[in-house]
Amino acid sequence: MSVTAAFFYLFAGITVASAVLVIASRNPVHSVLFLILAFVNAAGLFVLLGAEFLAMILVVVYVGAVAVLFLFVIMLLDVDFASLKQGVLQYLPIGGTVGVIFLVELVLVVSTYAVDPALLATQPMPGEPLLMTNTAALGSVLYTRYVYFFQLAGLVLLVAMIGAIVLTLRDRVGVKRQDAVRQALRTKEEAIGMTRPPIGKGLGASGATPPGATPAGASPSRTREDA
Amino acid sequence: MTFWEASLDVALIALASLTVMSVLMIYIAYILYADRKIWAAVQLRRGPNVVGPWGLLQSFADLLKFVLKEPVIPASANKGLFLLAPLVLVFLALTAWAVIPVDAGWVIADLNVGILFIFAVSSLQVYGVIMAGWASNSKYAFLGALRSAAQMISYEVSIGFVIITVLLCVGSLNLTAIVESQNSEWGIFGWYWLWLFPMFVIFLISALAETNRPPFDLPEAESELVAGFMVEYSSTPYLLFMLGEYVAIMTMCALMTIMFFGGWLPPFPIAPFTWVPGIVWFVLKMSLVFFLFAMVKAFVPRYRYDQLMRLGWKVFLPLSLAAVVIVAFVLKLTGLAPGMGA
Repeated sequence: MSVTAAFFYLFAGITVASAVLVIASRNPVHSVLFLILAFVNAAGLFVLLGAEFLAMILVVVYVGAVAVLFLFVIMLLDVDFASLKQGVLQYLPIGGTVGVIFLVELVLVVSTYAVDPALLATQPMPGEPLLMTNTAALGSVLYTRYVYFFQLAGLVLLVAMIGAIVLTLRDRVGVKRQDAVRQALRTKEEAIGMTRPPIGKGLGASGATPPGATPAGASPSRTREDA
Repeated sequence: MTFWEASLDVALIALASLTVMSVLMIYIAYILYADRKIWAAVQLRRGPNVVGPWGLLQSFADLLKFVLKEPVIPASANKGLFLLAPLVLVFLALTAWAVIPVDAGWVIADLNVGILFIFAVSSLQVYGVIMAGWASNSKYAFLGALRSAAQMISYEVSIGFVIITVLLCVGSLNLTAIVESQNSEWGIFGWYWLWLFPMFVIFLISALAETNRPPFDLPEAESELVAGFMVEYSSTPYLLFMLGEYVAIMTMCALMTIMFFGGWLPPFPIAPFTWVPGIVWFVLKMSLVFFLFAMVKAFVPRYRYDQLMRLGWKVFLPLSLAAVVIVAFVLKLTGLAPGMGA
């Protein structure tokens, strides 16, 4: 057994075990964490296959971004699993039937699958080894031959993003907003006003204007005289 | 290759990793000391000066203090995850160093996708934060974790775009290739800090935010929060969080050295400078970048949380996205793009 095989069984074993624990663990947050473990080990399998670019993209996109959102939602939702489990027996016959049908189909497909004997007899073309990294190889196919499909996929994602923003954007009135440009452009003159309110009465009682409305240094002497 | 030969390779890699880790730990002990000394000097204080000559052994005294204290685990905490979170953070922070070349060929794993590996590993670190906040079973730790996670995710986006602009100039994701592409007779003026200066500034600020350094240390803003997601942690687990943070800072310094300061290349490609070994230049440049970090910590007041989010999403994201387009156009039109025969 080579070291590569040892690592393969390590990654594959952890992937399968954590995938089982995703559905078996009682705590939903633990489920998501096991899902992340499964993703990371799947990335390890990609590395063993020599597809290091795919492995890293899997980690960056699925683990670094998508699973974080899963985790946020599940932690904030406070799912009550006791009530979710009440109907299990009621739905068991339907769910079980669907599961059995899928299992039978899978067994049928796998058992009748065969590689064309003519294909097996052919020799692989010796050819020259691929001289580019798999990042370059992916890019040279994706941005030349499939560029329109690639653009189309980006467009679909853009539409989904705009849709999500439109659905959640509410323009509420009466909400205090902080505008950084306005904050930065404030000057001393419009922000600070000098007052000297009468003792025991305060600003409101003497009818004095609040700070900011009067020019600094104009009214204090008069209010002093009034008092 | 037989099984035993392959196993020997694995053992050698393990030995190399252990060496890198030990050297990094000692370097970080003195980076911590330097951080406190610089901060103190700006504020006209003395800083640590009691343990050892000029306080040089302060970090080791702190280490002993942390390790010897009693770890307190809250009664209602999720114990497994509570203890796993700091380990995850430190493990991931150290993992990034497997692909960082400190001199020509001095690297544990010279991956083709090295920079993507660092990016992936640093995007995983957010799990250490979320796990710590959630497992503490305290609303303050949890809110702190949400704040930190949102901050780390926001600034990863602009860091990613800055990395893309550098990669456009290099034509490879390999860290050694990034350094080699800056090797020219221009010396220090051929490095990307000059050619991609706006990107260098954006990366520096985003790196500060990504590693929770002041002025973006909102996860543990002492004046408003106690310590954010770390509020329930004490002794060794807390030490691990701080260690992970400093390793991540060093990773960012190393990444900036590689991407913008020509890694181990001498600043002037002439005789007295080329005699100095590459690793000396690398460590010097890394320390210089850290000096920038430490000065920013001493000078700049802390950002408000909404200002932080505004800066990340409304300023840096459009700027770096525009920079990707501009750099790509310029490289294409001038024929300087790698692989175009220039």
